[in-house]
Amino acid sequence: MSFMIPEKDWFKAPDKGEKSWIAIGFIWCLVLFFSMPIWHIYGKQNSSSESYRVKPEDFSARVMKFVETNSIGKDGNTPIVQPKPGGHAYVMGGGYIWYPILKLKKGNEYILHISSTDYQHGFSLQGEAGINMNFQILPGYDHVLKITPTTSGTFNIVCNEFCGARHHVMTGKILVED
Amino acid sequence: MSSIAGFLKGNFLPGQSRSCDTTGLPVCNTASLYIRLNAVIAVVSLLIGAIAAILIALTRWPAVHLLPAEWFYRFLTVHGFNMLIFWIIFLEIGILYFVATTLLNSRLFSKAIAAISFALMLIGMIMVNAMIFTGQADVLFTSYVPLMAHPLFYLGIILFAVGALLGVANFFLTIHIARRDKTYEGPFPLVVFGAITAAVIAVVTILHGAVVLIPTLLWSAGLLETIDPGFYRVVWWGLGHMSQQINVAAMISVWYFMFSLIVGAKPLNHAVCRGAFILYILFINLASAHHLLVDPGVSTEWKIWNTSYAMYLAVLASMLHGFTVPGALEVAMRKKGYRQGLFGWLAAAPWSNPGFSGVFMAMVMFGFIGGITGVTIGTEQISIITHNTLKLPAHFHGTVVAGTTLTFMALAYYVVPLIFQKDWYAKGLLRLQPYIFAIGIFTVIIGMQFAGSAGIPRRHWDISFAGTPIPITPMESGWLALVGIGGVIAFLGLLIFLLATVATVFFGRSNKGRPMEDWGGVKDISAGAGTWTKEDDHKTPGTWALVMILLTCFVVYFFANWKALADVWWVH
Amino acid sequence: MGNENTHWLERLMENPWMLLILGIVVPTISYTVWGVYDVLSLPVAPLP
Repeated sequence: MSFMIPEKDWFKAPDKGEKSWIAIGFIWCLVLFFSMPIWHIYGKQNSSSESYRVKPEDFSARVMKFVETNSIGKDGNTPIVQPKPGGHAYVMGGGYIWYPILKLKKGNEYILHISSTDYQHGFSLQGEAGINMNFQILPGYDHVLKITPTTSGTFNIVCNEFCGARHHVMTGKILVED
Repeated sequence: MSSIAGFLKGNFLPGQSRSCDTTGLPVCNTASLYIRLNAVIAVVSLLIGAIAAILIALTRWPAVHLLPAEWFYRFLTVHGFNMLIFWIIFLEIGILYFVATTLLNSRLFSKAIAAISFALMLIGMIMVNAMIFTGQADVLFTSYVPLMAHPLFYLGIILFAVGALLGVANFFLTIHIARRDKTYEGPFPLVVFGAITAAVIAVVTILHGAVVLIPTLLWSAGLLETIDPGFYRVVWWGLGHMSQQINVAAMISVWYFMFSLIVGAKPLNHAVCRGAFILYILFINLASAHHLLVDPGVSTEWKIWNTSYAMYLAVLASMLHGFTVPGALEVAMRKKGYRQGLFGWLAAAPWSNPGFSGVFMAMVMFGFIGGITGVTIGTEQISIITHNTLKLPAHFHGTVVAGTTLTFMALAYYVVPLIFQKDWYAKGLLRLQPYIFAIGIFTVIIGMQFAGSAGIPRRHWDISFAGTPIPITPMESGWLALVGIGGVIAFLGLLIFLLATVATVFFGRSNKGRPMEDWGGVKDISAGAGTWTKEDDHKTPGTWALVMILLTCFVVYFFANWKALADVWWVH
Repeated sequence: MGNENTHWLERLMENPWMLLILGIVVPTISYTVWGVYDVLSLPVAPLP
């Protein structure tokens, strides 16, 4: 029981079997690595690289203006807002709600800005056909997602980052029509 | 057992060391005292964390839904700190002291540093727990700003971290005096090298903790206006994720140590094993980026480079250990005469020795569950469908619990008799303990994995969203029920371990002056098994079969997740 | 030890202080410094 104090000539190249496993492992590592840039070129789902610094009060004011100009109705107290296809849309998290409710058209791209007015939140889109997409939302950061709904129906947004005692009631909605 | 290759005269002061009655290895009395103290508090933390665990698991089981919301988040905070920080780091400081003294035949560098380190860590641990239990730190483990806790909470973490840093410094200085005093000959033993790796990672971890927590303390005390949440996340994950990489290095060192202790396994190639540890030192800490893949602020280039541990070189390192650890075991078993078929050596392994079974199951679950899921959900784009879902805790319960905690429990089956010099109570039941715990935690992980695939969030008290009509299918409730049921089984396994440890440490039969009661090793039957050639030292067909199965599972899971990603909305 | 012909990797493996320095410098530059630079150099949102 030497607890693996090496023999005198311990510093040796790996033998054939070990070399083969190193080679197989390394090739797999390259596959893992290059899958990411390749998906940026050919894939349709990529993490956004666009974000800005923003004052929560500026963002909040922009959301209010967005609601005013594009509102088409209400669900309870929450306005339903329909942005132009290809246009900008704004959602803010805060006070245990995602505000406002968006109404989008399937197959159109929207430039979605999301931020928080209080704590960190997790924007978690949930819906039929196993749709689940998640993004981290920070106060002071305008997180820009160019998003294209590819399915229609009612989608819920939950908060999946702990944001205080009533974190679990924080929800919102996105409606998508054909 | 006197054939400790290359051992010279130690540097112990007269009367300050003993020779182990079982292994013949030297034991420094000061180190031994602080190993015991750190281990005791580690186990206390494990107990606190385990009670929190069972309460959380029973709350997430929809049919039980035990705790009110406030206490659910509070116990989740308790669980995170005690399990991910206190249990593991107290024990790791003990492991570092053991490795640097006993394996290098040296005294501990400084008793004073060990005492101050232990006191600071203990005070910090008590402060953090007190703040959480009194409801003044309901911020969860991550304590993301601008959620704010009481200043004493942040101060507690800082004191703990400073204490841990002093412990790590004591380790490095012990190695330094061992070399200066020539208490051993030749290169470092491999286990020492693995411990150095863990210690280096610990230093980086604690430095990040200082950079993020000192300003946060000032902010909480009203001396600083704001902390930028983006800055906080980058640096905090330098603490939060890197601290778990200490475990990886420490755990793998323990695997090598235990297989050597129990079966006499020797590394296939020292340079390869050390090279793999060096890849950890250089690159494993980049993986803190795993938490920031769907964040605003950091760039795509930063995400891809860092989440990949510099083109997955740290994953390559894990794949190397995943080959050399079972490979070393296989060669040792074949050499002892168990040569039939691909897996004859595995069938003949000492499965009723909890030190062995615990380590082996930890290795399998760490690789197959923790490793594969971690690398996959840490892929930049795949994070879109996994971030903050229950797939995350599924991953790190595979690494930290099924891997590290199970490994450290297995280690305890030897630490208690050798360091505390007490023979175990209830040995029959303890032979089953690793299996009970493994089945429980495996069930928890499966439940979390599938619930997470359905998008169910982690850190969430009530997925019925307090009456909001978000449909939860019976299937999803079923996966969460598995979390609860597995939690009960794992808790039972843990309780058996904790009760037996406490009973043995405080009331166990002393084994001073005689070898420990053995858990059972492997008989050498090589006499009739034919000749052993030099080439046989590197023949590992069974291990090859195992790693090819691992690689296949890896490839399938990885591409299945890309397929799931391809089905969601377009985004860029 | 100390032999002129010792491989550089072997020498590195016997030098805990060098390992400590590398272990601090590499992740701090690649992960922390670069990450904090990205975060702090964000432009102000135009909010179109």
